[in-house]
Amino acid sequence: MNKVYINSISSISPQKTFDNSEFLNEVINHENQVVFAVEPIYKDYIPPAAARRMAKGIKMGVVASKMALKEAELEHVDAIITGTGMGCLRDSEKFLSAIIDNNEQFLTPTSFIQSTHNTVGGQIALELQCKGYNFTYVHGSNSFESALLDAKLQLELNEAQNILVGGVDELGDHTTKLQQLIHLIKNEAITTNTLLKSKTKGSMFGEGASFFVLSNKKQASTYAELVSVKMYNTLPLDEVSGLTTNFLKKNNLTIEDIDIVVLGNNGDIDFDGYFNQLTSTVFNNTQQVCYKHLCGEFNTASPFGIWIASKILKTQSLPDILKLNDKETGSFKNILLYNQYRGENHSFTLLKTC
Amino acid sequence: MEALKQELKENIIEQLNLEDMTAADISDDDMLFGDGLALDSIDALELIVMLDKNYGIKLTDPKEGRAIFESINTMAAYISEHRSK
Repeated sequence: MNKVYINSISSISPQKTFDNSEFLNEVINHENQVVFAVEPIYKDYIPPAAARRMAKGIKMGVVASKMALKEAELEHVDAIITGTGMGCLRDSEKFLSAIIDNNEQFLTPTSFIQSTHNTVGGQIALELQCKGYNFTYVHGSNSFESALLDAKLQLELNEAQNILVGGVDELGDHTTKLQQLIHLIKNEAITTNTLLKSKTKGSMFGEGASFFVLSNKKQASTYAELVSVKMYNTLPLDEVSGLTTNFLKKNNLTIEDIDIVVLGNNGDIDFDGYFNQLTSTVFNNTQQVCYKHLCGEFNTASPFGIWIASKILKTQSLPDILKLNDKETGSFKNILLYNQYRGENHSFTLLKTC
Repeated sequence: MEALKQELKENIIEQLNLEDMTAADISDDDMLFGDGLALDSIDALELIVMLDKNYGIKLTDPKEGRAIFESINTMAAYISEHRSK
């Protein structure tokens, strides 16, 4: 089987991450319950005629994919695989609101056409004129990992050589209000610096798009090797440590081989216990890294974690803002990412330097 | 009639997300489709809904739309003659 490499990365997030030459040089300290993406100038990437029907999520996805392709020095890929938890939320809200406001009359086509979950993947394919495999996974906080696993299997079996894989989700005003009502979003404003220490229910919500070119050929731009991806729908709290050890064992590694563990803590008092279970036991002596205080919680926040892990492996540097603890680590070789959302859709992703 | 033309230009810009345009950029006799604003078939559907919602005009014959949506002038003339609201 072929090895799988991350040959390029790109991320549009609530931090200024779209300039890939930097690595969190300047951190924006948000203070809110929701944090919006810092957007690039879309006109630099998408012709105005094409952009006028695109909502924010589509624009973020299309631009992030173009950035990833540019870094990989590719104009075409064999497949486009996208993960999204909520899809094109803004157009969905617009269309559904129009149904209610106009008493099911006068429904216009644009927001309906653009509201489907696979719009981002479709628009990327149109921009690239890519007629290859195009698939969108919608599976909560495992949406991106499902896309990642699909790409990994195809590349390992040489069914494709270069695949564009990404995750994208956007904030929608109405959905945000509903999420606040049911306490998925915190009642109180919280800051980037205090989210991870929060003792209340819910999280700070965010949005963004992260795309990667995965390939079975290593090249100068390669960031890391994608060694393994494993997902679980549900897990009891007391099984996480054991399953982590087993996951590493299957990849011929032990806890001591992991230089950094990247965790999806989101400041929710009810569910951060899953992460605390690992940090207080098996990874007690490992460098722990978190990222959701920078990008907020959303179904495809985890690819922002992959973006960070890839950056760490390539640059061999670790910005202080990411550290949950402070351990002396000479170099970074193996990084394990663990994520879950509200006790569901758990994922383990293993990256290795190359 | 001039007020209607201005209203149409503003509505078209808003409904069709012509982000970089202002009403002043659209001349009354500019072609809306083809060489002018380069609108497409999805825009045509949006305009049909706009006529129904804003002016109470139901277009049932697509061929009719081709002439009506030629320019702001033709749209304004048709609306003035047929509007029910």
